[in-house]
Amino acid sequence: MTSAEKYVTAAYVVVLAVVLLYVVVYAFKLQRLDREVARLAELARDRHSDTESVEPEREVAETRS
Amino acid sequence: MTSLRENRGVVLSAGAAILLLVGTALAFWWVPNDADQGFSQRIFYIHVPAALTAYACFGWGAWKALRLLSTRVDRYDLESYTAIHMGVIFGIVTLATGSIWAKVSWNVWWTWSSRQLVLFLVLFLFYSAYFMLRYSTDPGPRRSRMSAVYALFGVVLIPVSFLAIRLAEDFIHPVVFNRDGPQMDGSMFLTFCVVFAGTLALAGALYVNELTGKRLDRNLRELEEALA
Repeated sequence: MTSAEKYVTAAYVVVLAVVLLYVVVYAFKLQRLDREVARLAELARDRHSDTESVEPEREVAETRS
Repeated sequence: MTSLRENRGVVLSAGAAILLLVGTALAFWWVPNDADQGFSQRIFYIHVPAALTAYACFGWGAWKALRLLSTRVDRYDLESYTAIHMGVIFGIVTLATGSIWAKVSWNVWWTWSSRQLVLFLVLFLFYSAYFMLRYSTDPGPRRSRMSAVYALFGVVLIPVSFLAIRLAEDFIHPVVFNRDGPQMDGSMFLTFCVVFAGTLALAGALYVNELTGKRLDRNLRELEEALA
């Protein structure tokens, strides 16, 4: 492999490396968003179950009165 | 048509992969060696499209900034920011490949005597500073307007950077496109066009994916505030 061939290959490898680095950074970002969605879904489920447990108590209290 | 619009990230990614693979194969095995620079001239097929794509991204970011300032619609802020983000990525590619080309052609990694190189570096640093400005202020309409004005100022540097080599006549950086058209063989020009279409498609794919991620991030933050 001549010196020119090595440099040309290096230039194309740099482009590939930048794209791959971007994919890795994006993968980390997706992981973070996935964790965030899971946390919010759990928060929403907790809210939903809290509302459901409060509703029957209120219905019973209203029936008694 | 709707499904094409919905799947534009996938279409652009696939198009970029095909065009860049074909373009790289053409650049390595089809085009003849340049009479002056020999084999090393093949860096041209990735370096110039990357530089033009960086200009296109900065221009797109400035256009979105102008739309934000004229319409006050909030979504243009995120679009302008994403386009500039992509421009900086292609700017890194341009500087890295240009540096390698300089080493093989001029035996230096960088030269301050070429106005074309220095002006591209100034443009790159100007848009890199955009992120510092953006993250030094609190989110909101004020930050959006400040970022938009900054993005619009930067776009002035694009024609200056592009025309510098033609106006300066420093003869260090080669001029391939002049008033008589492209100064190269037909096969070389075709390869250049294929790789340029590929880099534009890649920039488009990255822009769409990044914008989707940033919108998702913002919507999640709003949802979190609503649930808190």
